[in-house]
Amino acid sequence: MDLTLKIWRQASAEGKGKFVNYQVQNISADASFLEMLDILNERLVVEGEDPVAFDHDCREGICGACSIYINGRPHGPDRGITTCQMHMRNFKDGETIVIEPWRAKPFPVIKDLMVDRSAFDAIIQAGGYVSVSTGGVPDANAIPIPKRKADEAMDAAACIGCGACVAACKNASAMLFVSAKVSQFALLPQGRLEARERVQKMVAKMDELGFGNCTNTYACEAECPKEISVSHIARMNREFLGAKLLSEK
Amino acid sequence: MSLKYSSVTKKIVMSLAGLFLTSFLVVHLLINLLILFDPTRELFNEAAHFMATNPLIQTFQYVLFFGFILHIIFGLVLQIQNWMARPVRYEKKGSSEQSYFSKFMIHTGAIVFIFLIIHFANFFVKAKFGHVEALTYPSGATYEDLGMLVVNLFQDGAYVIFYVVAILLLGFHLDHGFQSAFQSLGLNHSRYTPFIKLFGTLFSVAITLGFISIPLVIYFS
Repeated sequence: MDLTLKIWRQASAEGKGKFVNYQVQNISADASFLEMLDILNERLVVEGEDPVAFDHDCREGICGACSIYINGRPHGPDRGITTCQMHMRNFKDGETIVIEPWRAKPFPVIKDLMVDRSAFDAIIQAGGYVSVSTGGVPDANAIPIPKRKADEAMDAAACIGCGACVAACKNASAMLFVSAKVSQFALLPQGRLEARERVQKMVAKMDELGFGNCTNTYACEAECPKEISVSHIARMNREFLGAKLLSEK
Repeated sequence: MSLKYSSVTKKIVMSLAGLFLTSFLVVHLLINLLILFDPTRELFNEAAHFMATNPLIQTFQYVLFFGFILHIIFGLVLQIQNWMARPVRYEKKGSSEQSYFSKFMIHTGAIVFIFLIIHFANFFVKAKFGHVEALTYPSGATYEDLGMLVVNLFQDGAYVIFYVVAILLLGFHLDHGFQSAFQSLGLNHSRYTPFIKLFGTLFSVAITLGFISIPLVIYFS
């Protein structure tokens, strides 16, 4: 198929970007979206132009590196998958595709379609962990955990931190990401010990970094490649309220 | 002032204030509906008299003002922060929201606020500080005829249209706000959330139709 690509080009973080139109021909419907961009980039290199910069790593839908806003949707027009898993059969021959980077104040553009997502790392550093005690390896079955809780924690832990929730949210809110990280620990006995401190520190960091507030629009859930539920946001709100009211200090 | 509160705290305040204001709407609607069921307006005037003189309700009036102020100020602060969180807009607007009216909470809220000020000037200020003709009923009771104020205002077609539009927008505001309040308070459960969402929508429709019916019935009769 032949397509027109309207791509955001921005030379550097400080640079002023603009949209540039590119034509690509004979793209297979079975090509992935990133393969289509690879084909464009190979041509740009041959023509002596700067190739389009975009984040990608595993190309198996599990690393969370790819992060492209395609035709008004993070990861493009398909549910529950990342950009790398989205194929060109989702588009029609002759279509114009608008390709943009994630847009959020805490996600500044580095170059073209690449954004700096270290804000997410900063939130994890604020409390998204269980403090490690040294010693012998404990027996895996020493702490009984109900299957339902384990499953729910696993669903939350499926978050790959790609940032699609922030990109999709009309407020650039990171609530789905933060709540998934809070939930995965809050549901398990190992995580409960630091749960009250964790939720307060992570929410405080999220606010400090300039993410927007949640208006319960639920675009995040609709666009999450791992289909993480907004029920985790409610759990985080609950955890936060409980922590504020019951904290010892 | 409210900047120092966390985003989650602000949302909790918004939801509590919003639910409180919603409960006030129910009382207000029930009293208003009295005007349709009594051509002498005695029931309505009696209820209005009760609301204006009962000490408990008079105290609650201040709680209500406080609720309005909290809801408006926190709503504005949240909205400004939300706009600031995305300084560069997308070329192609997203369309993946699942609660459509959530996009327009600030707009519907702003128009309802304008309506509120006009509404306040038309009724509350007149009732409290102005002079309203008193009526003595065959039962011997004398009440200020606030019902007449209502009937007179709803003779004006332009005002009726404005009233109906404002209430419709309030309905949209409620439809998102009701279920959103429960989510912000952390009350989400696979069994109850679908019920809360359905109830919120039915509730918003009922409140909207209830309020709208009054000017329409008065204007067309």
